[in-house]
Amino acid sequence: MTEVLFFIEVVVAGLLAGTMYSLVALGFVLIYKASSTFNFAQGAMVFFAVLAFVGFMELGLPFSLAFVVTVLLMVLVGFCTERMVLNPLMNQSEDTLLMATIGLGFVLEGLAQAAWGVEVRRLDLGIGDFPIEWIIDVFGLFVSALDLTAGIVAAVLIIGLALIFKYTRMGLGLRAVADDPGAASSIGIPLKNIMLLVWSAAGVVALVAGMMWGARAGVQFALVDLALKALPVLIIGGFSSIPGAIIGGLIIGATEKVLEVYLGPFFGGAIEGWAPYVLAIFFLLYRPEGLFGEKIIRRV
Amino acid sequence: MSNNNIIMGFTRADLTNFLIVMILSFVAIPLVVQTDYWYSSILIPWLCLALAAIGQQIVMGYAGQLALGAAGFMAAGAFACFNLILRVPDIPFFVALGLSGLVAAAFGILFGLPSLRVRGIYLMVATLASQFFIVWMIDKFGWFKNYDTSGIITAQDIVILGKPFTSPLEMYFVILVVVTVLTVLAVNMARGSTGRNWMAVRDMDIAAESMGISLLKTKLQAFAISAFYCGVAGALFAFTYLKSLEPVAFDIKLSFKILFMVILGGLGTISGAFIGAAFILLFPVLLNSIGNNVFHGAIDATIISSIEQVVFGVLIIVFMIYEPLGMAKLWGNIKQRFLRKS
Repeated sequence: MTEVLFFIEVVVAGLLAGTMYSLVALGFVLIYKASSTFNFAQGAMVFFAVLAFVGFMELGLPFSLAFVVTVLLMVLVGFCTERMVLNPLMNQSEDTLLMATIGLGFVLEGLAQAAWGVEVRRLDLGIGDFPIEWIIDVFGLFVSALDLTAGIVAAVLIIGLALIFKYTRMGLGLRAVADDPGAASSIGIPLKNIMLLVWSAAGVVALVAGMMWGARAGVQFALVDLALKALPVLIIGGFSSIPGAIIGGLIIGATEKVLEVYLGPFFGGAIEGWAPYVLAIFFLLYRPEGLFGEKIIRRV
Repeated sequence: MSNNNIIMGFTRADLTNFLIVMILSFVAIPLVVQTDYWYSSILIPWLCLALAAIGQQIVMGYAGQLALGAAGFMAAGAFACFNLILRVPDIPFFVALGLSGLVAAAFGILFGLPSLRVRGIYLMVATLASQFFIVWMIDKFGWFKNYDTSGIITAQDIVILGKPFTSPLEMYFVILVVVTVLTVLAVNMARGSTGRNWMAVRDMDIAAESMGISLLKTKLQAFAISAFYCGVAGALFAFTYLKSLEPVAFDIKLSFKILFMVILGGLGTISGAFIGAAFILLFPVLLNSIGNNVFHGAIDATIISSIEQVVFGVLIIVFMIYEPLGMAKLWGNIKQRFLRKS
């Protein structure tokens, strides 16, 4: 019985850690849906946003003000990206845009480190990374409070974004642009504003994801590598699907934890580092468009 | 041969250029450059990384497959070479080098398999698997490191025909020979039917297939040859530049560096690999010396490396927007302008 409980614990911890991958993947999906751009810089945006946030806190700004200022900063980043990177590269091939966003990622990482230094920062959200007592009492399971918070925050963000896309004018415009940018702009939907909105939303998502990761692992450069794991998440979930990003994150989180705990000891551990990518390869072989993605049709 | 100016498919100008480069690198540089610093810190890493960049160029610039795992294949080559020299008595160095390239090529074929189904960022993720898996495997299985626990293994001396090649100048010659042979080979492959097939697949794979080019063969061939170049480059890099073997030296940062060399140098040109490698290697050196000499160390070293990152990033964006064919094309444009004037 304890073994079963332990297994459930591992899976739950994996699922909750997976929501953090989902949060990174979410920002990625937002941009891909609106502009068919693979934003490789999403991981760098996570790092940039949370480092800026911690930096503002260190300047003495209160939590809420630092959050608002960082959000404004991320909107500015989105604005500059739209004007200086995406606009000149409009109608270029996906590979070109991807390489440009790799460059963008390096710019953001470099700027963040130049402005706020390279040392590891602690981020205290007031939520400890320790088990919640009443869950131990009722279910006999050890579940970290931070993991649970991350899960709830992710859920709130996703529902919020889904509502915005469904019921606001901006959201309607966004879905139109995602469907056919040419047709959308011909009926007067402001493409630039939509892009700005999307990049800002991705920036906010990046900030939230960064805060969750930072509270757990410290605010440091390694966040960029962690954020790379959002890529296998996207492959499993599909690049254009928000539910896909969530489920992909959960699958990756749970699988890597289970593999690490049950298989890791036989190989000296640390298989978390590559297991998600290998899992993604298997998904690619059977379902290249991901679980929820649109089927990829290519024509000559 | 009706045209006297064409010898084995090369124009006379090509051959003259080749001769000039050979005389420069084999005679002029060893005569002029006397300080060890230039060999061990500039020329040796430049040639090694340029070789790896040729590998990346083949798979990305010629065959159009967005791969990001060159450092993984370099690690495979480096550790294969270490183990071959360690475990096979009296193995000639060049044989070990060639075999380690083949080991890397085997990994290249394995991790190139997803390219048959996917492209773009999907493929990039699949190749990232190779990067993380190979480095992890070497790190976790003691056999590859000869059960050394210190984490850093000293590379064996390079011995060719009983003579040890240990001074920077001697090692420079060893690398130069390997790089020359492999570069000539790469240029020929790129010009021949192999390269034409790669480019056809790059430009439109479905059209290429309908013209009778086997995607399976062409793509896997590109991955194998690319990994071979990276493997040889990795072995040389470890044995002559690092002089030690540690899996950490081949992390994803190195893969990104090699990717940048190819993008900035110019996709789809062999010369671009050399230009890009020189730029990525020399720019930090330049930045550091500016920091030391102009600002007298007033700028923190971490800030300088951050600036370096920003500049690389900005350059990539700028090149993508204004000159997607990179510095090699830029150089060609400049040359053409001067030739036209004279």
